[in-house]
Amino acid sequence: MLTFIIDALVTVVGVTTPILLAATGELVVEKSGVLNLGIEGMMLIGAVTGFAVALTYGDNMGALAPWLGVLCAALAGAASSMLFAVLVLTLGSNQVATGLALTIFGIGLSSLVGAGYVGAVIPPFDSLFPDSLAGDPLWRVVFGYSPLVYFALIMVFAVGWFLNRTRAGLILRAVGENDISAHSIGYPVIAIRYAAIAFGGALAGIGGSYFSMVITPMWAEQMTAGRGWIALALVVFAGWRAGRLLAGAYFFGILMTLELYAKASGFSFLPSQFWASMPYIMAVAVLAFMSARDVTGSEAPACLGRPFLPST
Amino acid sequence: MRIRLEKRLTPSRFMQVATPIASVLLTMALGAIIFQLIGFDGPHAIYETFITPIVAPYKWVDVMTKAAPLIIIALGLSLGNQAKIWNIGAEGQYIIGAIAGAGVAFALPNAEGFWIIPLMIAAGIVGGMAWAAIPAFLKTHYRVSEVLSTLMLVYVALQVLSYLIGGPWKDPNGHNFPQTPPLTAAQQLPHVLPGTAIPPGLVVAIVLTLVFWLLTTRSVYGFSVRTVGAAPSAARYGGFDASRTVWTTLMISGGMAGLAGILEVSSQLGQINLGFPSGYGFTAIIVSFLGRLNPIGVFLAGLILAVTYVGGQVAQTAVHVPEATAGIFQATMLFFILASDILVRYRLRVIRDAPRVARAEAVA
Repeated sequence: MLTFIIDALVTVVGVTTPILLAATGELVVEKSGVLNLGIEGMMLIGAVTGFAVALTYGDNMGALAPWLGVLCAALAGAASSMLFAVLVLTLGSNQVATGLALTIFGIGLSSLVGAGYVGAVIPPFDSLFPDSLAGDPLWRVVFGYSPLVYFALIMVFAVGWFLNRTRAGLILRAVGENDISAHSIGYPVIAIRYAAIAFGGALAGIGGSYFSMVITPMWAEQMTAGRGWIALALVVFAGWRAGRLLAGAYFFGILMTLELYAKASGFSFLPSQFWASMPYIMAVAVLAFMSARDVTGSEAPACLGRPFLPST
Repeated sequence: MRIRLEKRLTPSRFMQVATPIASVLLTMALGAIIFQLIGFDGPHAIYETFITPIVAPYKWVDVMTKAAPLIIIALGLSLGNQAKIWNIGAEGQYIIGAIAGAGVAFALPNAEGFWIIPLMIAAGIVGGMAWAAIPAFLKTHYRVSEVLSTLMLVYVALQVLSYLIGGPWKDPNGHNFPQTPPLTAAQQLPHVLPGTAIPPGLVVAIVLTLVFWLLTTRSVYGFSVRTVGAAPSAARYGGFDASRTVWTTLMISGGMAGLAGILEVSSQLGQINLGFPSGYGFTAIIVSFLGRLNPIGVFLAGLILAVTYVGGQVAQTAVHVPEATAGIFQATMLFFILASDILVRYRLRVIRDAPRVARAEAVA
């Protein structure tokens, strides 16, 4: 029974990490007033980049190759997000349509690039902790994860601290709440949003690389399987707050784990599709509940999705 | 010398027509260069993707078959987009429409009458409308953004579909594949023009294009939708109710997506299987933008996107580019059309630095 519980916990942490990473990035983007629906595309670009780099340099660099892969995944995610940023920020295009275009583009580009990598396997990450802890049947629930898991946790706290406790975070939120006022008192609205989008792209890229480098150290077309949309739902579910993002991510992670178990063994009396659809139903329900009673403390940015062209 | 943006009083008609054409041409040029760079025969790949489906008559039926659902869905979306109501969950409404229509067929397996197909189609439309009613209700009662709610419901619809075709509706003779039993002959749409292969969906798409053209250009309703989108406060002053616009545009776009779904099942597939949700609802968003929200433009844009689907498969066999490249072309086209949108709404003014020199002389 204990083994079963520990297995389940390890699975929950595993499935939660990529959506937590992507959602943490998207939280910063949305806080600056921009809605980027391209998460899924950026994750796939990150996934294929991280895998390709780790594979190419695996022989020469050994244990460092996965780290280089993750770094390149972050850069590729950020680079692809710049495509979105130029369109919506500099050219004032529709954010919804542009984000969707980025997702469609990312699915296509990653499949094109990844076609040559199907079937290859890469070296895994070395554990940060000694084997006696990471491999311990009990303690692996704390120490037995990929370094990216700890990185994701650190990032949530860092972003929460940045948004709520630093001057720069306050300015970023001001830009998302009222871009015209922020502009008129001299803050560079467009530059701040460029930076936020790049950060979101980098974290989405790392989140994507978790699929191809940790969960299955292989590349498969569209391997993120819609998790980018769950990350988007998670930001909404969390009411745009970092603390709730962490709690919500693990809640969604439990739902996704129940889905896996229900699929594998008929563990649940409800069909696996019920659990699979829960994150989306929850996100919609929470949206309705939040706006029905503003006392729940949602912090949706007022300028979310609105274009801003100061030159006019 | 620098460039300044000046807002136009009215959108440029010339740019509205020129930018979609330029977007397609730029996509072709960029595609040729990129394919050449990554080691394929670039011009050949572009020829097979964009030209072969147009010049080879044996591909026309494929193009028309793909174009029909894209056009039908995009017509509905364009109406909502004019009011700045963003239904990006047409894929979900398409799926639920197909489920509702096929549900009628499975409930009446022995029905032979002429009425069974109209009944299925009506159920499909109602199914799509019902799925779009959830975001409409949430927006008008709880101010929930329809962008997020319509999108989230796509993934719920996918799970409903997966449950039905793998569970209660699973074909007992389907070798354990997740798919429904086939529809009976009476439940499948006949070809409208006997002797030709023109898909019935395309005939529906042509009729609906004309209906939507009349609706948007010749009716008060079309005017009210545009006003709500362009000038919400003026619309309120003029007595156009914003909530009513939310409801009507979402009902129309949801109903159209549902119609496309049941037409696809009853005239193309003959059953619902895992391959049914193929992303038409998302591609239709590209069609809507490429067609500049104009029904005639949407019709042409639907044909162009259908060409890229069919041409993508041609290029796959002829030049061995991966199947996924059609998606890259579609996204690139959307990127270009969105980037060029600024040319429709703004005028680019080149400002010379000459006055500054003159001022310097004056001071001296």
